[in-house]
Amino acid sequence: MSGGTLSWSSFTARFPWWAGSVTTVAILGAFTIYSIFIVFFQPVGEYGGYLLSPMYSPPVPSPIDWLSPAIFVLWIPLGFRLTCYYYRKAYYRAFLWDPPNCSSKAQQREPRSPENYSGERNLWVFNNVHRYFLYGSIIVVAFLLYETIRAFFPDGFGITIGSLLFLLNVVLLSGYTFGCHSMRHLAGGRVDCYSCVRGGNLRRKSFQWVSVLNGRHMFWAWVSLFSVWGADVYVRLLMAGVITDLRLV
Amino acid sequence: MESNGQTNGHRDRHEVREHDILIVGAGGAGLRAAIAAAERGLSVGVVTKSLIGKAHTVMAEGGVAASMGNVDADDGWQTHFMDTMKSGKFLNNWQMVEIFAKEAPERVYELEQWGALFNRTEEGKISQRPFGGHTYRRLCHVGDRTGLEMIRTLQEKTLATDTTVYMETTVTRLFKNDEGQVVGALAYTRESGRFIHFKAKAVVMATGGWGRNYKVTSNSWEGTGDGAVLAYDVGAELVDMEMVQFHPTGMVWPPGVRGLLVTEGVRGEGGILRNSEGERYMENYDSEKMELSTRDVVARANYTEVTEGRGSPHGGVYLDITHLGYNGIMKKLPVMYEQFKNLADIDISKEPMEVFPTIHYVMGGIKVDPETCVTNVPGLFAAGECAGGLHGANRLGGNSLSDLLVFGRRAGEGAAEYAKSNGYSTEIDDSQLETEKQRVLEPLERQDGENPYELQQQVQEAMMEHANLMRNEESLKEGLEKILAIKERVPNVKAHGSTLFNPGWHAAQDVRYLTQISEIILRTALERKERRGAQWHLDYDGPSDELGKINFIVKKDEQGEIGIERREIPPMAEHLSRLFDEGDDKHGGEQQGKESQF
Amino acid sequence: MSEQDAQQKDMASKAHADVHQDESDAAQGTTRLKIFRGDAEGGSEVEYEIPNIEGMVVLDAVLYIQAHQAGDLAVRWNCKAAHCGSCSAEINGKPKLLCKTRVEEYEGQEIRVHPMRAFPVIKDLVSDVKWNYEVARSTIPFQSDEQAPFIMYEEDVERLYEPKKCIECFMCQDVCHVLRTHHKHPEFAGPRFFVRNQWLEMHPKDTQSRLEYLKEGQGGIGYCNITKCCTEVCPVNIKITDNSIIPLKERVADEYYDPAKWLMRKIRGRRSPKTGAVVGRNGNRNGG
Repeated sequence: MSGGTLSWSSFTARFPWWAGSVTTVAILGAFTIYSIFIVFFQPVGEYGGYLLSPMYSPPVPSPIDWLSPAIFVLWIPLGFRLTCYYYRKAYYRAFLWDPPNCSSKAQQREPRSPENYSGERNLWVFNNVHRYFLYGSIIVVAFLLYETIRAFFPDGFGITIGSLLFLLNVVLLSGYTFGCHSMRHLAGGRVDCYSCVRGGNLRRKSFQWVSVLNGRHMFWAWVSLFSVWGADVYVRLLMAGVITDLRLV
Repeated sequence: MESNGQTNGHRDRHEVREHDILIVGAGGAGLRAAIAAAERGLSVGVVTKSLIGKAHTVMAEGGVAASMGNVDADDGWQTHFMDTMKSGKFLNNWQMVEIFAKEAPERVYELEQWGALFNRTEEGKISQRPFGGHTYRRLCHVGDRTGLEMIRTLQEKTLATDTTVYMETTVTRLFKNDEGQVVGALAYTRESGRFIHFKAKAVVMATGGWGRNYKVTSNSWEGTGDGAVLAYDVGAELVDMEMVQFHPTGMVWPPGVRGLLVTEGVRGEGGILRNSEGERYMENYDSEKMELSTRDVVARANYTEVTEGRGSPHGGVYLDITHLGYNGIMKKLPVMYEQFKNLADIDISKEPMEVFPTIHYVMGGIKVDPETCVTNVPGLFAAGECAGGLHGANRLGGNSLSDLLVFGRRAGEGAAEYAKSNGYSTEIDDSQLETEKQRVLEPLERQDGENPYELQQQVQEAMMEHANLMRNEESLKEGLEKILAIKERVPNVKAHGSTLFNPGWHAAQDVRYLTQISEIILRTALERKERRGAQWHLDYDGPSDELGKINFIVKKDEQGEIGIERREIPPMAEHLSRLFDEGDDKHGGEQQGKESQF
Repeated sequence: MSEQDAQQKDMASKAHADVHQDESDAAQGTTRLKIFRGDAEGGSEVEYEIPNIEGMVVLDAVLYIQAHQAGDLAVRWNCKAAHCGSCSAEINGKPKLLCKTRVEEYEGQEIRVHPMRAFPVIKDLVSDVKWNYEVARSTIPFQSDEQAPFIMYEEDVERLYEPKKCIECFMCQDVCHVLRTHHKHPEFAGPRFFVRNQWLEMHPKDTQSRLEYLKEGQGGIGYCNITKCCTEVCPVNIKITDNSIIPLKERVADEYYDPAKWLMRKIRGRRSPKTGAVVGRNGNRNGG
């Protein structure tokens, strides 16, 4: 228990019990509205032939003119986030108030009666497909990596603010994707005896690496959300000619 | 099942429960006994004053001593036997020690079979750590929460059998039938005060010690010596009652946690003791084993340093483990780290701990047969801390957990064999029941009287002052006078409120045990006129050859008073005495070094 | 008796005099606590005032009140060192170990002590936690076909030490809304028992499968919506949600919600996660 966490908890303790929920609702709500806007009203998300917004990668040609190609891609990372063990906690608490937080006062405000509460047994049982979204997201991250490399070649090799932003984004997204609970299970969490199976040592090592990332999954979840969002906004600002992509090298 | 006996008034009714074996106490020994008896197909009831899994066993931190030789291949039962005998200054029942040393490894492996998890060696075996007074690295451990691992394993194993566990239930008396066999007990539930008459063919006492006799103690509220007094009341013999172990390292600051245990594992992992002058003083007391000397020696050393003015500001000495670093400490001693961080704001990876001796364990207890753990009263068995004989004048760290396993199992099996082969009646006279129920309820019914908490506190203070780790005749006598005065007030304790979970009423029962045991400790301490192990009698210069061959046996005499008998220790069997070299010191080293100078 | 002895005796009595001295010195001012007094029928808060002692924990305060002001004030406690998990209660609506919570933490705030509310109250600060032991009995215990001594390596068991730290304070059970608000007791084992099932499932030598128990049986792991309150209150810092519940949910998903895994089992047969060997289909992982 470091001094840091102590002061953080005493800091957050000053806010009313609903403050956390409201913040989460505001951010996730804004992001969702933004994504819908992209999907339905923004068919293009590329600038200068080298910066493809992460929301459009991999680039799939859209058969319908007004429909954004993002719709064929974005469902994977969005589904990944929707079924993510961290975001599940966040929206069960913030949107559904199941419970809004852990204090006895907040728990008394849970809207569902005991008969209506089923946790992740009925509707939310679909969250168990998380691993499939993980598989998809790994492919998406691979494309993003490719796009990031492309971002370093505006015309021949070069470093721009945009390319650095893309690099940051792909790093944060990898931290989020590869630190996922399903990834942890896949990597080695499901093995009971490493010394008894072939390649056990590698499985154990990967389990440990993923565990390190997973320990701060909430951190990765939020910063990668903002980095994707930020990268898309950046590309959009470039397209609108509001800013230019400053070249450093 | 309601009794059809006395039913005048709601309070006086009682339930009757029948079991083949009744086990009193749900610590390591009680649960191990329950498993042993249940595995033999008998109906077993376990009564505990607390919830299951909360017994004092949970506080054991260092480890289980068993000579598997996983780390030091030279170790074997013989060395464990010799270490234990030497540490006990040869007052131990050597037959018990032999059984103990031989069976301990098997009992530990049994825990592993039931799911217990110990730290591992590189080869994948159970790891063993060094500990005070053990020649080899011998303590099987899991960090510094070995007791927790053990009690949880035994608890889960017990719950997997048909054993019935009566949680938060207090036994107040044992009953004998007309033939003098123990055939049951009266108990009440703490939750409601409802009485239960347990009928059983055999009763196993596994009630732990009586460290609560003292003010500064590492024991929980439960350690009031119920088992020993209940057994004594039905005529059981007690042995070595003068021997009370002070753990060398208890916390001293803040006041609320004074006496809280600092595991010997800290010294096992290389912790260093220093006084306020920065001197590593163990050099002066036991230059060979240093900090890993036996507990009696280290406790006296710490005590002496402080009383001679070389203590810390809060009256302790410094115990330093900073060389392990944060990561090492979190791996080997995480519980200690948390304990000091939370309760004393001390980061033990950066600063030393302040420690002072604290009451920890009682070596004495109910005298039992080494093979079956039966007492001199038929039908009554005992195991664990409430039984005496194994540890002699001083217990080695880590021997207590293996004691629970080895003799817990033997008591359970002994009781099972006895119960199977006996067809006598468990009926008792109703009047016995009614008298006892009346006695237990008296503190509530009395108009006015003494505050039981206050009496408890007075007993604890008197024992702290007069029966501490350094004793002398004058002070012991003064202490005895005080205790006798308190004893006269005990029948007048008053508890307010109802029988519904009423700690005041419970304390009113406990105070009787505390005074009775305290009187026994003081009287036997007055008898043992020598310095030996935990009995450090300042009026005498050293150990006495004559007393070294004697155990003091306490038994209730015909007048109901404490009778003390000097009983010769039978000569050690040849195959065991041969283990000790011709010239080997039979006093466990007490005549060497600075120790013998005071 | 030598002079040194006499001196030592003198010192000895002084040492104890010091003990009492310390306490009276340390007492400065008073603290007020509101403690729930009542039973199954109901009750109310009663205010007590006690002298301050440096470093005092809430349990010290409660025991002081018990010894001096209200002899029948019920509280459950044992080791007073945060090792046994007996003294769980709620301070200002949050589950806490009374022996680990210092009074100083609440400087300038009210201290309101109540029993754990997810369980029936017996009296004052004591609630009836028996239900937890019934769940304990329903758990499939450890079983191995191998005979101890086991050969197990540190790297195979190191992640089991964390769930093994559990002191059964039941504060996670108390704070869990599935139990506290939705009363799913008969069909939900609760965080404490997911912790236990986790180490049982992951133990290299265990041969039982508890996935059916967890999904279909009394385990009821589906009710858990991983909102992490249990992790927040754990006094021994077990990351219950991340390291126990989610790994178990993933294992349940392997068995019940993963079509690819299901297909693979149909084609290749069931494989033991211990040894990788093909095993029988009855859920029992032995006999590889």
